[in-house]
Amino acid sequence: MSILVNKHTRVVVQGITGKEGSFHATQCKAYGTQMVAGVTPGKAGQTVEGIPVFNTVRDAVKKTQCDTSLIFVPPPFCADAILEAADAGVTLIICITEGIPVNDMVKVKRALYGRDVRLIGPNCPGVITVDEAKIGIMPGFIHKKGVVGVVSRSGTLTYEAVHQLSTLGLGETTCVGIGGDPVNGTGFVDVLALFEKDPETQAIVMIGEIGGDAEEKAAEFIKTKVKKPVVSFIAGITAPPGRRMGHAGAIVSGGKGTAAEKMKILEAAGVRVVKNPAEIGQAVKLALGR
Amino acid sequence: MNVHEFQAKQLFGQFGISVPRGKEILSPEAGSAWVAELNVPVFVVKAQIHAGGRGKAGGVKITKDKAAVPGLVKELIGKTLVTHQTGPKGREVRRLLIEEGAAITKELYVSIVVDRDSGWPVFIASTEGGMEIEEVAAHTPEKIIREAIDPAVGFQGYNGRNIAFALGLPAMEPVIVNPFILMLGNLYRMFMDKNAAMVEINPLVITSDKKLIALDGKVTFDDSALFRHADVQQMRDLHEEEPLEIEAGENNLNYVKLDGNIGCMVNGAGLAMATMDVIKLAGSEPANFLDVGGGATKETVAAGFRILLKDPNVKGIFINIFGGIVRCERIAHGVIEAAKEVKINVPLVVRLQGTNAEEGRKLLAESDLKLEVADDLWEAAQKIVKLTGKAA
Repeated sequence: MSILVNKHTRVVVQGITGKEGSFHATQCKAYGTQMVAGVTPGKAGQTVEGIPVFNTVRDAVKKTQCDTSLIFVPPPFCADAILEAADAGVTLIICITEGIPVNDMVKVKRALYGRDVRLIGPNCPGVITVDEAKIGIMPGFIHKKGVVGVVSRSGTLTYEAVHQLSTLGLGETTCVGIGGDPVNGTGFVDVLALFEKDPETQAIVMIGEIGGDAEEKAAEFIKTKVKKPVVSFIAGITAPPGRRMGHAGAIVSGGKGTAAEKMKILEAAGVRVVKNPAEIGQAVKLALGR
Repeated sequence: MNVHEFQAKQLFGQFGISVPRGKEILSPEAGSAWVAELNVPVFVVKAQIHAGGRGKAGGVKITKDKAAVPGLVKELIGKTLVTHQTGPKGREVRRLLIEEGAAITKELYVSIVVDRDSGWPVFIASTEGGMEIEEVAAHTPEKIIREAIDPAVGFQGYNGRNIAFALGLPAMEPVIVNPFILMLGNLYRMFMDKNAAMVEINPLVITSDKKLIALDGKVTFDDSALFRHADVQQMRDLHEEEPLEIEAGENNLNYVKLDGNIGCMVNGAGLAMATMDVIKLAGSEPANFLDVGGGATKETVAAGFRILLKDPNVKGIFINIFGGIVRCERIAHGVIEAAKEVKINVPLVVRLQGTNAEEGRKLLAESDLKLEVADDLWEAAQKIVKLTGKAA
């Protein structure tokens, strides 16, 4: 078991003929993921590493029964691409693209509301279920099959945590990057609920950062609904207020969304909060009594 | 991206929201000419900087005397204003807004932001205009009104009525209610059409002749949507930005200057923040946030070095790279090459982890560069802090 994706997941890559799209489609395929289709309008008939390219997601779904889309489309056209995937009947959309206008995401989120489709991201590294499917840009080799579920707003910081878990021999089940944008498809709470239900996942690592109240919402959920141990690190204790720290969503505004406040609320909810990002793995080990 | 008050008011005007008649002024002569043309009983001279709290810092002058205006212009231009938002160094005033004064009977507050949790735009309104909304929220949260707008259909009349009645406007000034609701609709249209991240009117005043006027305004734009708005891009004022941040932007680097003395260069925003945090835990303070992006190259590393070394506070540099798709031995080559081009005269600690980290570390160790190599994050942070000394 795992969450969201596994060896049966059939992936279509939107923007497959671009530099990023073709590189990562190749990497995902090499990991063993079922990369069954690509989409670039006007380029039907071509192939990328043996993956057939279609003009529309609708065609790709009809011909290949793909159920998950991985999106590398440039920001100005990305809202369109997400909506196209949803309309074509794909049930999971993983959007890597960084820099989508917030108001575009406002409209996309509203349009997806109530529909049988989940959006992960945008501005995220994607999702990996270890040894089954890598659907994103994370380096596959740092992962090791194991018992920890990882959910994060960040990219390389997630790799850092994964590296620690793998080195300590704990390993991971599924790692989910929910992205660093202010408006995203899936929040911490949804992923925490999935990990809580997954029999293979024994502990959860949640990596948050300054800005917004996703961590506060997660704390509320963990308090009542999560029995598995949760270890958390919140990046940005040294970030000055009012400044955007790289991610569009990483900003302390009006005194709200500070790392200190998030840590306090998570601790009160029973989460093991680590202040030193180098100690994430050790904290999980302790929590699991190993 | 932030803009000046006078620019925010130009946009309000374009969207049918009333503002005082005013003009951007750069010299005493232009000030005299403009007040002669305005010819109103009261003039307001306002310093234009990208920071709040100008009034308390002496950046806003009110006069009834036309002849006094050139003197006020002379006094304010070139003056450094220190407000709670500028930091102790303050901000030099380079431009002014001179506008007509208003006869105020009531001050309100209205703004729009996107609620991150729901993903819906939300109006925030209050009868406590003219105050900082954070203060109102902290001390009298019952005076804050929130109204979320369904982005599928946009602003509706009922949204406006909800806000107007909650503010008690019909009882206060019945003739104002309909213009107020129309204005809210216009503000929503501006927020969406211009891809604003925030629009704020504070105060929105009701005048003695029962008009609604946006007396002060603040607009912030979504940087990711600037490509759609050439007019907004032209409003950028580089004088209001940190020079090193401008240079970083030109090199596609994400840089934020801070006050500490350990410069850091990291790939990825989350890891860059975590690196700053770990420097503090080790007993010092970071000089900056610098994300060189997922695909760090020799060029980006060299540009990063140049920017870090231009900050005189930087007493040591910490490079923290988690190689994913980017291989560490290529980063190591990049660091070696870049260090040859840019003279590095401060201690340097490089921590490489991930893809081909071992090879990368070996390359660095064998180079003739004066640096320390580390493989663990905490070990690296302690090394650089030891080399530069703890924060005072």
